[in-house]
Amino acid sequence: MSPSGAEFLKQIKSDISEVDPSDVVPLVNNGVAIVDVRETEEVAAGKLPGAKHIPRGFLESRIESVAPDRSQRVILYCASGNRSAFAANTLVRDMGYERVESMTGGFTLWKDRGYETETPFAFTSEQRQRYSRHFLLPEVGEEGQRKLLEAKVLLLGAGGLGAPTALYLAAAGVGTLGIVDDDVVDVSNLQRQVIHRTDTIGLPKVDSAEQAINALNPGVDVVKHQTRLDASNIMSIIEGYDIIVDGVDNFPTRYLLNDASVRLKIPVVSAAILGFEGQLSVFAPYDGPCYRCLFRVPPPAELAPSCGANGVLGVLPGTMGLLQATEVLKLIMGAGTPLIGRLLMYDALDASTSEVKVRRDPECPICSREPGEISDEEMGDFPDYDAFCAAAG
Amino acid sequence: MATIRIPPVLRASVGGEREVTAEGETVEAVLRSLIAAHPDTEAQLFGSDGDLNRYVNVYLNDEDVRVLDGLKTAVADSDSLVILPAMAGGR
Repeated sequence: MSPSGAEFLKQIKSDISEVDPSDVVPLVNNGVAIVDVRETEEVAAGKLPGAKHIPRGFLESRIESVAPDRSQRVILYCASGNRSAFAANTLVRDMGYERVESMTGGFTLWKDRGYETETPFAFTSEQRQRYSRHFLLPEVGEEGQRKLLEAKVLLLGAGGLGAPTALYLAAAGVGTLGIVDDDVVDVSNLQRQVIHRTDTIGLPKVDSAEQAINALNPGVDVVKHQTRLDASNIMSIIEGYDIIVDGVDNFPTRYLLNDASVRLKIPVVSAAILGFEGQLSVFAPYDGPCYRCLFRVPPPAELAPSCGANGVLGVLPGTMGLLQATEVLKLIMGAGTPLIGRLLMYDALDASTSEVKVRRDPECPICSREPGEISDEEMGDFPDYDAFCAAAG
Repeated sequence: MATIRIPPVLRASVGGEREVTAEGETVEAVLRSLIAAHPDTEAQLFGSDGDLNRYVNVYLNDEDVRVLDGLKTAVADSDSLVILPAMAGGR
């Protein structure tokens, strides 16, 4: 005769290992995988600090993202200790996990005893629908989406590279997007700067970009810096951002940005485009090389095609800008291998990519020193920009 | 013969080619062969001191030759060199 539900539960509990909440307290945020198997609505009211949430229905398909090693210790809990007992049984019996325990009394007992809890980020139902394709990816999930919503990213320029980057970062739910641009929309921009429209010609680019971003995702907070970045304002503008997206069109600002971002330890996702080709790299201060490690000095003006108008295939800044956006999302979520210490080159005509290694320069004038040792006077040390471009003819 | 990838900014100096081949058993010899065939590239690659300009990186396959033996780094026929000057276009 088949057992009743109660008998089955009793049998399961005798087969698995259980752990008292008092023994779980010292394990919180201590490297042990603690997994909350309750439903999303239940978790919204509170959970164990640092616990990962995997609803029991997704346990088998998602447990490896939390506990990749079958021999590592895993503690499961639910509301009362029953569902987590079934879940523990599944992990041990069906999936070969060796050290799984179910927490007795579940979250209810944990809370009754007054142990610490945390209230997870609460997504609205609109956000749950909007980002549903992200929630389905183990690499993003709720935690990754929360990080995106809380992230502050600064875009230098709402031009060729900044336009697609801003749109996709907004679509992905990056919570705060700062935009630095002192330009107005011109009809010649529209061949590639897809964030602007024919009916925003003449508007400041920061305003035109804000309209497009909020039309796409009204949840994004757009911070407009309608100015040109220079030595006098860079520190106050970039401070407080988590990541900077560099798509600026001139060398002096690239060097200035590098020096300031190293000083503030803000990673920079950098791209450059010319004609049919693009370059991309991530400069993470002190984790990898900086821009000056890659290019110690700028080229002379006659070899620096950055001053006047240059031809560029309209789609190319889209390609490179979206690779930038991808690196930004990866950095925020901590997913994958970022393009740190590597420079990616894309040749559109050849439909090919290639990569070279970028090493930290032990003699780098900037990042070989501590941030506090870099003085205001040294930042962006570079020939006068107007003179630089005038020399280029 | 080694292959040399020519960046956009240098292409006018090599007749518009994106890739050229050049003889030589060291990085310097290969670059000198390139200059012999395309004299306009010299000022862009080498400074008056005969050393590589600091704003140009040269990679043997994917490694910066400055990390290897610099201009003396040995080059095999199957190797490719990448000349990489800084770019700053973003608009």
